[in-house]
Amino acid sequence: MKTVTPVLTVLGIIFVVWYAATIWLNAQWVYDQAERAGTTVSFAEMVPQTMDQERPLLPPPHQVAGELWDGVAGQAVTSKRSLVYHGFKTLQATLLGFGMGIVLGVGLAVAIVYSRTMEKSVMPWAIISQTIPIVALAPMIIVLSDKAGIDGKMIPKAIIAAYLSFFPVLVGMIKGLRSPDAMQLDLLSTYNASGAQNFWKLRLPASMPYFFASLKVAIAAALVGAIVGELPSGATEGLGARMLVGSQFGRPLDMWAALFGAAILAGALILIVGALERFAKRQMGGAA
Amino acid sequence: MKDTLSSAAPVIEARDLNLVFQTGDGPVHALKDVNLSINRGEFVSFIGPSGCGKTTFLRAIAALETPTGGTLTVNGMAPDAARRARAYGYVFQAAGLYPWRTIAGNVRLPLEIMGFSRADQDARVDRVLELVELGGFGRKFPWQLSGGMQQRASIARALAFDADILLMDEPFGALDEIVRDRLNEELLKLWNRTQKTIAFVTHSIPEAVYLSTKIVVMSPRPGRITDIIDSPLPTDRPLEIRDSQAFIDIAHRVRQGLRAGHVWKVFGKSLVLIQRAGCI
Repeated sequence: MKTVTPVLTVLGIIFVVWYAATIWLNAQWVYDQAERAGTTVSFAEMVPQTMDQERPLLPPPHQVAGELWDGVAGQAVTSKRSLVYHGFKTLQATLLGFGMGIVLGVGLAVAIVYSRTMEKSVMPWAIISQTIPIVALAPMIIVLSDKAGIDGKMIPKAIIAAYLSFFPVLVGMIKGLRSPDAMQLDLLSTYNASGAQNFWKLRLPASMPYFFASLKVAIAAALVGAIVGELPSGATEGLGARMLVGSQFGRPLDMWAALFGAAILAGALILIVGALERFAKRQMGGAA
Repeated sequence: MKDTLSSAAPVIEARDLNLVFQTGDGPVHALKDVNLSINRGEFVSFIGPSGCGKTTFLRAIAALETPTGGTLTVNGMAPDAARRARAYGYVFQAAGLYPWRTIAGNVRLPLEIMGFSRADQDARVDRVLELVELGGFGRKFPWQLSGGMQQRASIARALAFDADILLMDEPFGALDEIVRDRLNEELLKLWNRTQKTIAFVTHSIPEAVYLSTKIVVMSPRPGRITDIIDSPLPTDRPLEIRDSQAFIDIAHRVRQGLRAGHVWKVFGKSLVLIQRAGCI
């Protein structure tokens, strides 16, 4: 209960602000309509008319919720109007990119921790890679992967997702693999442990808390990457495409529904990663 | 004293041992002309202020540091050869247990690395946990145990692969005095039962005197041995022995060695009584 109350309070404040903004932003359209019809509307008459416009500047929460519900439950899941269908396409690219990002991030981290040359040569590039705006890079990745003969829209989206998600994993794992202190390394030396034993028995398990912390950032980044990857390609599938089409064809409700669909998806993914983390922590005897 | 157990060849022998660290501020002489023989079954304490090289000497025995001059043999071998032959178990100041392993899993760690069979591992883990009175705690995780129990588990870990030598670097330094007293008593019992050779670094005079058959007093800059005291105390040592005159005399001699930085000289009886409160 103690956690629910503050959450509900914040939610309540958001709703109040949102409804107020809805009235304020959508009022102009109501007044314009009235002027064109040669009538006048009072404030009390105007307010209801801001709540169910077809193309509102800002749709009120209940309208977004209705559209979201219609998109999720109101359509066959194979329909192109179904948010489940589009969400699934985005989810596929997200998870594939997330997986690629983990492999790349962990692989590079191991190489960097064990090789000074790799640290000197790769680390600066890894940092620079994250300073390039992904919206600039995404179209190039899509064009290049098309030229490279990669079929389908999923792979380039996954590459963009991986591009964003490998970095937090890389940084987290470097820190994690280096977390054992000198004493713990000395202890293994006294056992004559090999490099491989050093890695599997000490460095890797010691890095797990850092790994899971970075996964939470990485999964969100992968989703953003997948959605951005759906924007420039004239893509017809995915939540990103849904948002783009909504904005281009003046269907703000579609846009808002897709936006909230993406937010819900992100929340669910982070919850799943959090559950995995708790499971792993229990397996590794974590203190409460 | 355990003279009956001493064999002719020393277990650890240092001759004119020198170790110089090259640092940014120039060379640091961590060990200078150290000569020491440790026989089988001895309990040797190294005591001295920080920077006197006591830990460095222990690390050199363990092949964690490489001497820059002189000779050092462990079981008649070079230190790194002795390490490969599993000559010693090392206990650090912190227990350093892996939080993701149970107590039994931690004790099992060296056995896994050294390739003992699974059945042998189980038997050894049970045996050494009993030895340090942690039987029944094998399935607990480190955070569920007190600091003293964790340190006992780390001693069990060092004992698990039957090394003849136990190197201990201020193992009880981070524990409170009540726990430390109890662990000192248990360590003596363990030493009596297992007949190990123990090299023990400490900065506590009573601890050194209570535990040791031989006390090596060291002094810093450069790190060197200033006095080696063979303890006349009997092997069987209840905690009360710390009130005996023999104990106080040795403690005084250690203190003199530490203060003067050179060999202990004659002392007056009144001085002993003044310092008694400080050392016990």
